[in-house]
Amino acid sequence: MKFAVIVFPGSNCDVDMYHAAKDELGEDAEYVWHDETSLDGYDAILLPGGFSFGDYLRTGAIARFSPVMSEVIKAAKAGKPVLGVCNGFQVLLEAGLLPGAMRRNESLKFICRPVGLKVENNNTMFSSAYEQGEVIQIPVAHGEGNYYCDEETMASLKQNNQIVFTYHGTNPNGSIEDIAGIVNEQGNVLGMMPHPERAVDTLLGGADGLKLFKSIVKQWRESHAVKA
Amino acid sequence: MYKVKVYVTLRESVLDPQGTAVKKSLKTMGYGAVEDVRIGKYMELSLEKTDRDVHETVKEMCERLLSNPVIEDYRYEIEECVAQ
Repeated sequence: MKFAVIVFPGSNCDVDMYHAAKDELGEDAEYVWHDETSLDGYDAILLPGGFSFGDYLRTGAIARFSPVMSEVIKAAKAGKPVLGVCNGFQVLLEAGLLPGAMRRNESLKFICRPVGLKVENNNTMFSSAYEQGEVIQIPVAHGEGNYYCDEETMASLKQNNQIVFTYHGTNPNGSIEDIAGIVNEQGNVLGMMPHPERAVDTLLGGADGLKLFKSIVKQWRESHAVKA
Repeated sequence: MYKVKVYVTLRESVLDPQGTAVKKSLKTMGYGAVEDVRIGKYMELSLEKTDRDVHETVKEMCERLLSNPVIEDYRYEIEECVAQ
């Protein structure tokens, strides 16, 4: 399986994403610069955290119009797994691949610490290796992770089981309904504020994020074994 | 040549933690009359004249990039001026 790690000017979790895919999963992975115009040959797309374009205007707003983004949208429409973490999540929201928007953290502070997450839906290509309702520890690191959507959107998120992760215990940023991560209606685009790529080895303080990446590979192998 | 002023503000239904912090600070400073503070953005654009309707262009820019319609409202003023 071949992963693309998209790199924008200002991305800073790209190396961790690459490490998770390449070293921890043992899969192929390549960095793809934001002005590339093709993502042919990649099976999954990873949008890393960071401060793309300095977070100017709004987080993710400028990255969303990078040339590579039309390819990311194409891959998402084709059903390929697309994972956006932190700034990657913000880019997916700005691109309209996921509903809602980010506001400044309620506390106005940049938060950087491990938080408890509850797996609300393990029936996705990103969460199948977790138990339903499992509580995991994953670090967050953001100033703008206060997820917001209107009531109508919230109703459809709930109805389609699109809420994958919620904060367990304390909500660090004030997000609506404690939301930490959501998928699109088709279930192949996941955006989440916590950083699973920073929790893939006990040496890093925890390995609870590894199952997320393993879920992606498992789903890909199963779907390709059927075709073979 | 056009000079365009764009104002982007958070929708009324969206809480503004920055505005709330500034309101508290103003109150602490003794400005008890302050009831609410909302923080927004102000942008100035210079646009060349083209065949395209300038209002249409500005609206499109506001909706596609300058504001996020999910949480923000925008308004703008257009002033025609001579290029320098």
